[in-house]
Amino acid sequence: MLVTEQDRLRDDILAWGDAGGGSREALIPLLQRVQQKYGEISDFAMQVIADVLSIHPVEVQSVISFYHFLDLSARGKFIIRLCRTISCDIAGKDRLARQLENDLGISFGETTNDGMFTLEWANCIGMCDQGPAMLINEKVFTRVTPELVHNVLQACRASFGNIGLEGKEEL
Amino acid sequence: MSPSHTGELTFSTVKPRVGLQAALDKGRAGIVAEVSGSGLKGRGGAGFPTGVKWNLAAATVADEKFVVCNADEGEPGTFKDRVILNRFADLVFEGMIIAGYAIGAQKGILYLRGEYSYLRKDLEKTLERMRTEGMLGERVLGRDDVSFDIEIFIGSGAYVCGEETALIESLEGQRGEPRNRPPFPVNTGYKGRPTVVNNVETLAWIPSIMARGADWFSSLGTDKSKGLKLFSVSGDVERPGVYEFPWGLTIADLMREVGGENAKAVQVGGASGYIVPARDFERHIAFEDVPTGGAVIVFGPHRDMLQVVSNFMEFFVGESCGQCTPCREGNVKLLEGLRLLEEGRCSTRQMRELCALGETMQQASKCGLGQSSPNAFLSIVKHYGDEIMGRTDVIV
Ligand SMILES: Cc1cc2nc3c(=O)[nH]c(=O)nc-3n(C[C@H](O)[C@H](O)[C@H](O)COP(=O)(O)O)c2cc1C
Ligand code: SF4
Ligand code: FES
Repeated sequence: MLVTEQDRLRDDILAWGDAGGGSREALIPLLQRVQQKYGEISDFAMQVIADVLSIHPVEVQSVISFYHFLDLSARGKFIIRLCRTISCDIAGKDRLARQLENDLGISFGETTNDGMFTLEWANCIGMCDQGPAMLINEKVFTRVTPELVHNVLQACRASFGNIGLEGKEEL
Repeated sequence: MSPSHTGELTFSTVKPRVGLQAALDKGRAGIVAEVSGSGLKGRGGAGFPTGVKWNLAAATVADEKFVVCNADEGEPGTFKDRVILNRFADLVFEGMIIAGYAIGAQKGILYLRGEYSYLRKDLEKTLERMRTEGMLGERVLGRDDVSFDIEIFIGSGAYVCGEETALIESLEGQRGEPRNRPPFPVNTGYKGRPTVVNNVETLAWIPSIMARGADWFSSLGTDKSKGLKLFSVSGDVERPGVYEFPWGLTIADLMREVGGENAKAVQVGGASGYIVPARDFERHIAFEDVPTGGAVIVFGPHRDMLQVVSNFMEFFVGESCGQCTPCREGNVKLLEGLRLLEEGRCSTRQMRELCALGETMQQASKCGLGQSSPNAFLSIVKHYGDEIMGRTDVIV
């Protein structure tokens, strides 16, 4: 990592840590912000966070390792999380999974070489009435068919961080 | 009482602010008496009487108390809380304010599962609006003695954090590992202070109970299960969605409403619940018969029950926090057993051992996750032994 980038990361963490009052309760929100902006929580970030909250870096690591959405290693810009739980399974998640793998050229748990996409399984994401459902970063996509996969991925590629295509949820 | 399919929900017929005003007029003891009298039981799954919980927290003396709304909604097949938060968040927040006033708390936290973080923006907007309208902040509805504010905490993906003590650990910046109970959160909760943790739906009912009274609510439902309940219906069914019914309807009634008449079985209560086969569809959905936090997953005539239960066990293996042995090891063993069944290589003796293991897990696990994860397995052995044993059609 470039020195300038480390400085930026440190400044961010210091500012966010201050906003959280420097207490232990601020840890998870802090980790979420680092993860969101930098796509991973590096050793360096863990050290700075530990210093800000006056705890040991091992404690930080232990918390990160507990939560599915916090990552120690670098992830793609877009994290696709396809629900594998029963109602989405019934709704046809296997074929959707296959098509995602085909179009991305990776398997579940992997990240594309260009660093754009990470493909992961999720447990029930609360869209069981509209499956198969998946999350891409914070957006939710419902009733996704294999045929739609290409469009969704293209919309991601065409956008800069924010997905142009709206996730959709019926009420 | 007409059912509603994601359309009008009864608690939403009470206009914003009306319930809160009625509550403040009743005073602290009046609120707790009304909630107790209504017979409202927690809608997060465990069904603990809400009035009793509030009374315990109110009675504990402390310099600070908290109200936490549990919006972790991780139980497979459950999505009613998402619909409530999407459409009626102001009622949930009012419920929190009322709880806060009743127990003497000035701060509320909404614990929103990470998967729902896309709801955050609108929820913050609603909170901001309620602040400008004088329902949140200092001097709630102009009352000098009432102040309350709410913040949102986003989860980071962990089903077990829906368990209330794990949720509190998570709020405190720790791994979401359940604590031993007692002490209960009403005595020693967030930051060691008395804390009421309630489900989204539980809180959403509070304003209407305040506005319409305990008698209205307790006149609905059954003797032991009062009021109306929201159900999340999914699976092999024509009209999936959120439905509202009084407690006590039969599974057969429900199947008619949702278009699941030819179902072979339903899973009531999500992955932690039990499988009810079609021959038992005259049973009633209520705390005293077939209890549920609201998840109803329907399985059509051709559904392979072994695959269903394997799917649930994979879920539990992935979500066990690993703190205690029966759950950490037990779920893995049950999943291995299911693989043997899938391959048609499980002896009767092995199956009996697996059932004994499941029963041990129900008894010896530390929290509700490990206590209920064997339920589905034990249900299929009981009801679908013929279907799952001696398989020759190997599925991979
Ligand atoms: C593994 C596990 C997961 C749980 N998940 C949730 C949940 O997502 N939402 C919820 O309201 N309650 C959940 N609960 C129940 C809570 O521990 C607690 O009983 C509930 O939030 C209390 O609120 P209530 O009385 O209003 O239902 C869960 C319990 C266990 C054991
Ligand atoms: S039962 Fe499972 S989830 Fe609960 S404390 Fe034990 S290991 Fe953790
Ligand atoms: S089963 Fe996929 S969202 Fe619930």
